[in-house]
Amino acid sequence: MNNNSITLCRCMEETEEEKFRRIEEVIDEYRNEGGNLIPILHMAQGIYGYLPLELLQFIADKLGKPLSEVYGVTTFYSFFSTKPRGENTIRVCLGTACYVRGGKKIVEKLKQILGVDVGETTEDRKFTLEVMRCMGACGLAPAMTINDKVYKQVNPDKLESIIEKY
Amino acid sequence: MVNLTINGKKISVPEGTTILEAAKQNNIMIPTLCYMEGVHSFGSCRICVVEVEGAKTLQASCITAVREGMVVRTNTEEVRKTRKLIYELVLSDHPKDCLNCARNQDCELQKLGEIIQISESRFEGEKSKVKIDDSSPSIIRDSSKCVLCRRCVTVCNEIQGVGILNAQQRGFRTTIAPAADLPLSSVDCSYCGQCTTVCPVGALQENESMWRVWQALDDKRKRVVIQTAPAIRAALGEEFGYEPGTLVTGKMVTALKLMGFDDVFDTNFAADLTIIEEGNEFLQRIKRAFSGEEVALPMVTSCSPGWVKFVEHNFPGELDHISTCKSPHMMMGALVKSYYADKIGIDPEDIFVVSVMPCTAKKFEITRPEMVNNGVPNVDAVITTRELARMIKEAGIDFKTLEDGEFDNLLGLSTGAADIFATTGGVMEAALRTVYEIITGREIPFEKLHVTPIMGLEQVKTAEIKIENPLDEYRFLNGVTVKIAVTSGLAGARKLMEEVEKGQSPYHFIEVMGCPGGCISGGGQPRPTNDETRKKRMEAIYKEDEGKELRKSHENPFIKKIYEEFLKEPLGHKSHELLHTHYMARV
Repeated sequence: MNNNSITLCRCMEETEEEKFRRIEEVIDEYRNEGGNLIPILHMAQGIYGYLPLELLQFIADKLGKPLSEVYGVTTFYSFFSTKPRGENTIRVCLGTACYVRGGKKIVEKLKQILGVDVGETTEDRKFTLEVMRCMGACGLAPAMTINDKVYKQVNPDKLESIIEKY
Repeated sequence: MVNLTINGKKISVPEGTTILEAAKQNNIMIPTLCYMEGVHSFGSCRICVVEVEGAKTLQASCITAVREGMVVRTNTEEVRKTRKLIYELVLSDHPKDCLNCARNQDCELQKLGEIIQISESRFEGEKSKVKIDDSSPSIIRDSSKCVLCRRCVTVCNEIQGVGILNAQQRGFRTTIAPAADLPLSSVDCSYCGQCTTVCPVGALQENESMWRVWQALDDKRKRVVIQTAPAIRAALGEEFGYEPGTLVTGKMVTALKLMGFDDVFDTNFAADLTIIEEGNEFLQRIKRAFSGEEVALPMVTSCSPGWVKFVEHNFPGELDHISTCKSPHMMMGALVKSYYADKIGIDPEDIFVVSVMPCTAKKFEITRPEMVNNGVPNVDAVITTRELARMIKEAGIDFKTLEDGEFDNLLGLSTGAADIFATTGGVMEAALRTVYEIITGREIPFEKLHVTPIMGLEQVKTAEIKIENPLDEYRFLNGVTVKIAVTSGLAGARKLMEEVEKGQSPYHFIEVMGCPGGCISGGGQPRPTNDETRKKRMEAIYKEDEGKELRKSHENPFIKKIYEEFLKEPLGHKSHELLHTHYMARV
């Protein structure tokens, strides 16, 4: 991807340094609480967008935990990402009900439309495609979410028009 | 006490005992894979499942504590069937290339097959990707063989406190690896190799050097010199069916001569030399400290290369506390390729030095750029105790029938002080035997010369020795209490170094061995290593020491000779060039 082609104004954005400083504040706040790693990772991802190795090293050092442990926890949970994420996250449910009602077809179609594999982000950083195991909306199968919005009984042929809205 | 029934037998065991332990104490064997007594009970493999009356599912006996009135069955059809199923599932993702695996005949997964008795392997599915990390000269990681038991994770994180290995990813993609699956050479691994001693299969092993040694032995132009570390003699026998703690010094020497090594030297000689150099270094630091100079105290020992690498990664600001002495086998290598080469009139380039070490970190140590003198490396290859045993077998030597042989001189004679380098507390005791005598002119005031407070397997051991009526040269030490600490295992070392870092260490002299128990249970020693084998090997080492006529390094006549003829004086010019080194911050 040629980064130079994107000429968005970044004056309102936080710098890397500011983000790290905010994450440090989060760590300080939770430092003495047991089981603090997951909430810290969660908030760090919220601030930074994803959890690259340098950030995990920063968190590990601050908490006095081995990087291998922090990285292990990060890669255990599918909601944490070590790669840059798109502006919008599409999650297709592949729980039992959605699976039998065609969840897989939705995934295939989305892969085709977006030109990425599951777990990947489009080149324009607009979408990240993920799958999930049951979101508890079995009555709406096959279901998917884009960010916080749930789409029910998704018809693969309508996916393009859904995506266009973002 | 808790009363329960296992297989119809009424038994009574202390509260907190697991079903597995209770069964074992009553001679009922439950097969296990991930469990390791005293080290790891995690319930990750489920091989040890048993039926507990009233429980909905089978229970993992290694993590289930006994309860009053519990009724347990370990040998029902359901239990046997489930065990087989679990075993088959473990195998379904295993390469099963046993015949060309280094752990063939020495593999816990293989041995388990004999107990579990499966007649088919029903689940042939996708296999984890073969990914071999041979980036480190010390340890090779082959994740395709890993059974995810997590013993290495426990040892690396909890016992050593290093935290390089942990579970990454989840489900089928789970691997036990450094963060981001980085190669071992690019993370802060100390290369202690404790993970290789607990791995039940061939997933974690030493990076082998046997072929390099065979190649040198076959090369007619090379004079091949071998040296064996103090800890080898107390453990090598285990590879040939001897009980742990059987000393096989003489047979080992004979085997090495039969294999074709031109000189069989004893690293112990260099251990005696280390004491002279390190003891004098300590005295020099103390003297300078008492004359008001800024000197780094406590001084910390430097013979354990896993420890040295650990301190370089974790306490890069405290490296001036580490003794500048090279480890004994490096000193030996440097002397073989200078003093000894001169004596026998051979170009050092034509000498190949092999070290048999209980250690995987030594394989890394010889690659350090500082370990070169006059353009030749001090030591050319390091093999572990396990590798030596395999070479002896490969050479067709019937080890048990061998006569005892003797190390070659000039570099083969050693005192009891050198023997105890093999065990935690040994280097410190050996140093004190010499240093105390230099200061006071008298023997250390301990029975049989053993500094009892620093013996044994506790993580951190301390002692205080009050100096009274010193010789004139050391008058300034009169009434001074010298404080020492000894630790083995890197978790203990971290504690002591944190004190040093804060400037709060009360000690003058600290001994650190990277592996729990010291070299007797180093990363290259025979498997299994547990507290029982540690104790037996330790007893053997003290026996070897007590059996020697000379038990203080400064009494070694060949040490006296080498100073007269070659080194001239401790910490002298030649010593600095050949026997001392420096360290680097690894951040």
